[in-house]
Amino acid sequence: MAINGKQLITWMGAILLSCFLAVSCYAMDYPDEVEIDSLANLYEGVVFDHAMHVEATEDCSDCHHHTTGTQVANEYCAKCHDGAQEMDIVSCQECHSANPLSPENLHIPRDDYNYHLDKPNLKAAYHLNCMGCHQQVGGPTGCEDCHAKTDDGERFYYSGKYAPEEPAHKSGH
Amino acid sequence: MSKISRRKFLAGSMAGGAAVMMSPAKKALASGSFDGFPDGMGVLVDLTRCVGCRTCEAACNKEQKLPDPALPFDDYSVFDELHLGQKRRTTDKAYTVVNRYETESSTAPVYRKIQCNHCNEPTCLTSCFVNAYTKTPEGAVIYNPKVCVGCRNCMIACPFHIPAYSYDSVLNPVIKKCVFCYDTRLKNGKPPACVESCPQQVMTFGKRKELLKIAHERIRKNPDKYVDQIYGEKEVGGTGWFYISNVPFEEAGFDQDLPKEPIINNVKGFLAIVPMVLTIWPALFTGFHLLSTKGKSHSHGDENGHDGQEGQ
Ligand code: HEC
Ligand code: HEC
Ligand code: HEC
Ligand code: HEC
Ligand code: HEC
Repeated sequence: MAINGKQLITWMGAILLSCFLAVSCYAMDYPDEVEIDSLANLYEGVVFDHAMHVEATEDCSDCHHHTTGTQVANEYCAKCHDGAQEMDIVSCQECHSANPLSPENLHIPRDDYNYHLDKPNLKAAYHLNCMGCHQQVGGPTGCEDCHAKTDDGERFYYSGKYAPEEPAHKSGH
Repeated sequence: MSKISRRKFLAGSMAGGAAVMMSPAKKALASGSFDGFPDGMGVLVDLTRCVGCRTCEAACNKEQKLPDPALPFDDYSVFDELHLGQKRRTTDKAYTVVNRYETESSTAPVYRKIQCNHCNEPTCLTSCFVNAYTKTPEGAVIYNPKVCVGCRNCMIACPFHIPAYSYDSVLNPVIKKCVFCYDTRLKNGKPPACVESCPQQVMTFGKRKELLKIAHERIRKNPDKYVDQIYGEKEVGGTGWFYISNVPFEEAGFDQDLPKEPIINNVKGFLAIVPMVLTIWPALFTGFHLLSTKGKSHSHGDENGHDGQEGQ
């Protein structure tokens, strides 16, 4: 169909309005599914059903702190971070370092203006967040519920095909 | 063996030593000092985060090239194991173990990882006749297996029951324990393998002094979550590895009756004579041998040697 100037403006207005509405509900777009696999070694990566979690949880800030622009639930954090502080950085790994304890990182001089000194590493940021909530709401908490062991993982844990053959004849004391 | 008899043993060996070597003891005491190293590293263990996955045990096994375990590291039946009525302890084949505690204060079980706590002023070190132990400036309590004669004094002296005896080699009996991954990691500024492996970051590695601040801060921010104690801040004069918890520590198997000052204070004099003992070691043993074959005696040396044998 042909669209004249007036119609175009109405349409654009409608689109703008819906954008505005969407923005006021959810401050930003989010992916339906995220493959989290930057650490994969002992376990496979995790296919994270983002859309399901957005449905199943109260707020973006249950996982993203205040950085997606929604009010933080944690009263303590809210004292300094109100919901207005949307940030460009959303992905966990941009703030939570995979290896904060490397010798190089340990010798970085501490910035006096850095308020937060006790920040978990990336592996722990995921687990403390995922497991913390799952323990409360009855989500999966078993190690292999979220990610299967790799061959390296089975060797590491002496499990699967690397399990000890003669089980527990006499263990140490 | 009860705590009291262990103390008695220590006091006894000190008295014995002092009697033999009065003046050199004084001399070395003035120069020697074993106060914690200012930049020593440590580890904060937060029990509230531990889910008992045993990944740290597997990491330790791999890093320290320990023998194959009897059961896979993802087998959780080990939490039900009792050895002579006690939960699992560290052995010569497992330098760290995790145990599960059902407590009154928490509906969920509490898991506690044990390993050497790397005391600021280690009693194993002071109890060692052959000077096998060293507290390094980085904070690790390490030992020289080539020097160790397997006398097991450190096993008796350790307030946390950590050093374990290796029965594998009759000719070269040695003590085995966690060394903070000193040779492979700590020396190069890296955290120990267990710390790095933990999915929940139960353990935080850093300078002991800074970690204490972080521990206090966690408690201050979450007074409802944590009990107001840092186990190892003061206990036995401070330990390199220390714990915070959501249940009173005694409910998770911690000994709350340990002194708040170093046990070493009582034995400092004794420390100084250790090198002297080294030089008179053969003579001492010949002496023991003669005395024991002769039978009756009231020599100090004999009593100590005898006690040491029994104190398992
Ligand atoms: C709720 C889901 C979930 C559960 C349950 C879970 N994890 Fe993970 N785990 C993750 C995510 C997400 C990652 C990040 C994956 C990546 O980046 O590759 C991860 C990564 C890891 C890694 C680092 C990557 C690797 O392969 O070495 C380890 C180790 C790990 N998990 C161990 C465990 C253990 C042990 C348990 C059981 C106590 C467990 N996880 C339970 C979600 C989970
Ligand atoms: C006493 C005030 C205060 C409280 C309480 C506080 N923050 Fe912050 N936060 C700051 C300041 C100041 C900054 C900016 C400086 C910095 O990065 O440390 C900041 C920055 C941040 C950032 C962005 C960091 C970055 O790397 O850019 C995050 C995320 C954050 N805080 C999360 C939290 C969470 C989660 C809590 C609650 C557990 C919390 N904050 C509680 C003061 C606070
Ligand atoms: C249950 C936890 C959880 C909730 C709730 C949640 N997210 Fe996420 N989100 C994640 C995880 C985990 C990732 C992927 C890992 C990462 O960030 O590296 C992610 C990724 C994203 C990304 C992509 C980041 C990037 O740069 O790759 C955006 C954008 C995002 N989320 C926005 C939102 C918004 C907006 C909401 C609220 C409507 C929300 N999320 C709710 C956990 C959550
Ligand atoms: C903009 C930087 C930033 C991003 C992005 C970020 N975090 Fe954080 N996170 C922080 C800071 C800063 C703290 C420390 C807060 C404090 O002092 O308690 C923190 C703390 C945490 C904690 C411990 C908080 C507690 O209450 O103990 C968890 C768990 C965590 N983040 C998970 C995540 C996850 C999961 C993601 C991604 C979905 C994420 N973070 C994204 C900066 C960030
Ligand atoms: C704020 C709470 C919350 C957080 C944080 C959270 N989840 Fe979940 N998760 C849920 C809920 C609710 C369910 C649905 C449980 C149910 O209904 O069985 C769920 C279910 C799951 C499932 C099972 C999905 C299925 O199809 O059955 C997986 C896998 C999962 N979550 C992975 C993760 C991972 C990985 C993270 C961390 C990056 C995470 N979750 C963080 C609340 C959370």
